[in-house]
Amino acid sequence: MSQSSLLLLWLACGLLTFAIRYSFIALEGHYRPPDWFIRWLPFVPIAALTAITAPELALVAGQFDLGFGNPRFWAGLAAIAVAAIWKNTLLTIASGFAALWLLNWIL
Amino acid sequence: MTPASAFLLGVRALLPMLLGVAPFGVIYGVVALQSGIPPLAAFLMSSLVFAGSAQFLLAQLVGAGAPALLMVGAVGLINLRHALYSASVAPVLAQLPRRWKLLLAYLLTDEAYAAAIPHLLAEPRSPQAHWILFGAGFALWFGWQLSTLVGVLVGARLPADLGLDFALPLTFIAIVVPLIDSRARLVAALVAGAVAVVLVALPYKTGLFAAALAGLAAGAFMQGRKPA
Repeated sequence: MSQSSLLLLWLACGLLTFAIRYSFIALEGHYRPPDWFIRWLPFVPIAALTAITAPELALVAGQFDLGFGNPRFWAGLAAIAVAAIWKNTLLTIASGFAALWLLNWIL
Repeated sequence: MTPASAFLLGVRALLPMLLGVAPFGVIYGVVALQSGIPPLAAFLMSSLVFAGSAQFLLAQLVGAGAPALLMVGAVGLINLRHALYSASVAPVLAQLPRRWKLLLAYLLTDEAYAAAIPHLLAEPRSPQAHWILFGAGFALWFGWQLSTLVGVLVGARLPADLGLDFALPLTFIAIVVPLIDSRARLVAALVAGAVAVVLVALPYKTGLFAAALAGLAAGAFMQGRKPA
């Protein structure tokens, strides 16, 4: 693709992303979403972000692997434990990297 | 609270997230170049699209030669979760002039939302609450532009064995795990994760969308069973 057609593609993707982010901010006061929608909303980031994350942890080069050949799975578990106990962003990311580097060094 | 102190509160709330976002931005820059995207276009995607995981996916789809319409659709699907953030902050922004709503909608990311929302929902609501969201959104925007620029300029020279692309899953773990405070939410996460792993081979990452929907449905079902 040429540079200009790439930039047009970015613009289309950016406008769509902006429209999604602006949607309910723009509608506020004019439209109230139904109750079931409000009840479902809190599950959206949990389901979407976990769907993005899980394959990154459970697969190595496209193959399912929860063994010791997959340090990312164990480092991810460590980060999940740290996040659950301390609920601290910085600590979670730092300990996940530390665990990954430690496991890569040991294994 | 003055506008300046509210802005700084938002910046400070966002700063820890940059530990995960900065390496991810660098990696995005590297992946974009590897996908055959010219450096300038790779950098401009960060301000035109401004959505980390969607940019990653988009760069990979460009590299795979996917049809343009499918790429736009995939970005829309992966960013659909931002509608939640929009609905969630909408009441806080209701009285603001339109230019504020446009600006804050552009800056509404996973990280900015997660950093600002505890302050936005605090009662009594500060009349400067929008400055908190602006501070968090701007800090993330600036960090993202800077780190993707670094990735485009020097990323190819970084040692690959640092595993910097692990930053995205780690950032999302840091955002999601503290949100899981009920059995229904745990079920939503477990189902979404399991389905995403099972369907990972589907073309153009369509399995991600099916997994998110399955997790959403499972969570809502569990919540519906719970006695009120």
